Amino acid sequence: MKVPHGAIDCDIHPAVPDTRALLPYLDDYWRDQFVNRHIDRSAFTLMSYPPNSPLSCRPDWRPEQGLPGSDFAALKRDALDGFGTRYSICNVFHGAIALFNEDMAAALCAAVNDWTAKELLDRDPRLRASILVPLQSPALAAKEIERVAKDPRFVQVLMPVMADHLIGGRAYWPIYEAAEKHRLPVAVHAGSTFRHAPTYSGWTSYQVEDYVANGAAFENMLVSFIAEGVFQKYPSLKLVCTESGVTWLPTLLWRVNKDWRGVRAEVPWIDRLPSDIVRERVRFTLQPLDVPKADAGVFLKTMEHIGSDRVFLFSTDYPHWHFDGEEVLPDGLPEDSLRRLLTENALETYPRLRGDDTLAGNPRPHDGALQ
Amino acid sequence: MNAPVLEKSLQPQQRLAIVDCDIHPTHKSPAALVPYLPARWVEHARTFGAHVRQGLVGQLTHPRMMAAGQRADSYPASGGPPGSDLPLMQKQHLDPNGVEIGMLVALARGGMEEQNQEFAAALSHAVNDWQIEEWIRPEPRLRAGIVVPQDDPMTCVGEIELRAQNPAFRQIIVSPRTSEPLGRRRYWPIYEAAERVGLPIGLHPAGASGGHPSTGSGWPTYYLQEHYSFETGMQGIVASMIFEGIFERFPKLRVCMIECGFSWTPALGWRMDKAWERMRKEVPHVKRPPSEYLREHFWFATQPIEEPENPKHLVDIIDWIGWDKLVFSSDYPHWDFDDPRYTFKINLTEKQRTAIFRENAKALYRL
Amino acid sequence: MARHVVAAVGELKPGEKKLVNVKGREIGLFNVDGEFFALANRCPHEGGPMCEGRITPLVQSNGPGDYSLTRKGEFLRCPWHGWEFEIRTGQSYCDPANYKLRQFKVAVEPGETLVKGPYVAETFPVTVEENYVVIDM
Repeated sequence: MKVPHGAIDCDIHPAVPDTRALLPYLDDYWRDQFVNRHIDRSAFTLMSYPPNSPLSCRPDWRPEQGLPGSDFAALKRDALDGFGTRYSICNVFHGAIALFNEDMAAALCAAVNDWTAKELLDRDPRLRASILVPLQSPALAAKEIERVAKDPRFVQVLMPVMADHLIGGRAYWPIYEAAEKHRLPVAVHAGSTFRHAPTYSGWTSYQVEDYVANGAAFENMLVSFIAEGVFQKYPSLKLVCTESGVTWLPTLLWRVNKDWRGVRAEVPWIDRLPSDIVRERVRFTLQPLDVPKADAGVFLKTMEHIGSDRVFLFSTDYPHWHFDGEEVLPDGLPEDSLRRLLTENALETYPRLRGDDTLAGNPRPHDGALQ
Repeated sequence: MNAPVLEKSLQPQQRLAIVDCDIHPTHKSPAALVPYLPARWVEHARTFGAHVRQGLVGQLTHPRMMAAGQRADSYPASGGPPGSDLPLMQKQHLDPNGVEIGMLVALARGGMEEQNQEFAAALSHAVNDWQIEEWIRPEPRLRAGIVVPQDDPMTCVGEIELRAQNPAFRQIIVSPRTSEPLGRRRYWPIYEAAERVGLPIGLHPAGASGGHPSTGSGWPTYYLQEHYSFETGMQGIVASMIFEGIFERFPKLRVCMIECGFSWTPALGWRMDKAWERMRKEVPHVKRPPSEYLREHFWFATQPIEEPENPKHLVDIIDWIGWDKLVFSSDYPHWDFDDPRYTFKINLTEKQRTAIFRENAKALYRL
Repeated sequence: MARHVVAAVGELKPGEKKLVNVKGREIGLFNVDGEFFALANRCPHEGGPMCEGRITPLVQSNGPGDYSLTRKGEFLRCPWHGWEFEIRTGQSYCDPANYKLRQFKVAVEPGETLVKGPYVAETFPVTVEENYVVIDM
């Protein structure tokens, strides 16, 4: 089904065209490092999204040259005008998060965020963005959140679903403290920095296996947040599972509920049924919609199994290739559920989209001096 | 909201002679395998002990809940751990629960976790002898699973060919916690042998890792998470076997997934299909949608059965998977044991009950 | 309904339990701080023998990393899946709306009342000097 005009697209992927574009946003030291070490000649594309891979870019969205998502005019035409969205949230999923040098990662994330403000947000009032953080150092990540949160067009924090450790762990809590303080949801996005094999049996042969492995990764990540008590420690924090799929969710709700009843004493801060916690605090973007093409009823059944239509957030995942033509929505959604999916759930999830923290209609222009 | 499930409303499901696809026999003591090991390995075991991929000797680094992860009422009065005493197993489980056939999955001290490859081979051989002598001979209702040193596939082939001659062995036990995903070519000799002798692979997680953390983002903190990962871990195995084309290469191979639940499988099938549609050129040997291989070659033991808030949702899941693909398992004597009388909170038709509790397993294992 | 004498009060001290069989039904008898409670020996989850489980305190928490034990002796854990039930009410701690252990009415009666009958003495004689735990079934 085609998406009606005015939806909120909670996951698009503009790309930094090349690392040289970031040089103006780095300080003297890092600019010097990048140029002399030739780091600026590398594109920082994540292994999870090889640029020529079919999943990384729908053929009719592939730019004539350059990385998928790097052509702003094409992005406007295809993602914004093409779907007629009211807002689109940019997840610039940059490879800075895969570096080991924390300081370099932090400098690069800051450069990406500043680039995003100037080259994306300033150029179209429909665009919003996520704060890319150097999760290698939760302390530096929290600092970056503090810095960038001043710009109300940044509406959430962005992290990968697979990293050095399960991201519900206490080491990462400075990030969630900062995010909660600024009323920013945390978007956990498919993909890995491959510090570990993506499966518990080891390293895969094929990229398609890695992509499929994201589903299980989201389950383990959510169980981590639940078990570690992140939702108790940060009572207003919300998670947005982004490009995660959703048909694995019922199993998670059932299994965690069942296990919690038996092992509650190990994690006694979990004070209510885990499935209730998830329904209240976790959201899921629509694409990829992991349902069989031939059976539209599967999404409705999944929604029934989950027990809520308030957890879905519309997304195209532009320019990743999950659907053809305009067939972005599942058929047969009841009117209320469709409305929630298209806009209401997003407005409920993102305070900044509600205009709580935005100067109405006048996003702050970037002046390059924020660092 | 469901009506309260009071004790009164638990009606024991109609007594039926059942096949239980997951029973864990254990060793009475560390010396249990001494009669079955060559002297050289008895000495090695005494001096060096097991060498497995975990931080502590003889104990798990995610300590279990509930009496070391066992049913608290399964400790034999005569001593030894739960599952080590055949008379208690008979009294507590085989007899009252109408177990017509019980499939043994011998996890402890086998070759699946041992890093010393020669020792792993010796242990596997010994555990297989132990199963025959101490379980199969005295109890005709039981069947054994061939334990193999799985990270040494060429040795596995010998053990499989030897044991397959004894019809008491009905499957080959492999832990999914391997050093590489099970679709990788180093394991192909195991599948070639399994297909040749006509036995399914039974995948059941071992306690220790095969060399990787339990998740793609590292190790869990809590047992709640570690237990959960038995389900997610299996997904990578299924995907690997399918995307490596195992079932094109070995079209008669059958696989049973044990102790990981089953409700996740339709979602995995859809997810694999979608990704395959895009990425077909990467895996040209995968000639059909992945979910077709999933449907044709995988069976699922029921334990730990999922318990949706609305029990009827389980019917949707099984409709998607196929009523012929589930095989009942109890996991006796572990804590998350499913009692066959009360496992299903939905009403099963006679045909469904007979299929899940007996006929599907008989067909899968040729019992 | 009949009154079944199942124990002498002195037999079961606070914190102790006794498994009794009444009319073919297995029932766990518990003394919680001097009060007696009777619960069916069958977990409403999957039929596990409840009364072989441990009597435990309640584990509570103010947040991640914080652990405290309260309400000592008031909870019973199923020996199978470890579900926690409050002995006084039979309710599941995690899911009180949906799971409850069957409870039986319990009273303490002096021996002199009981010798007048009617009662059913299960396995021991009743004397006038003692008090007894009686289940109504």
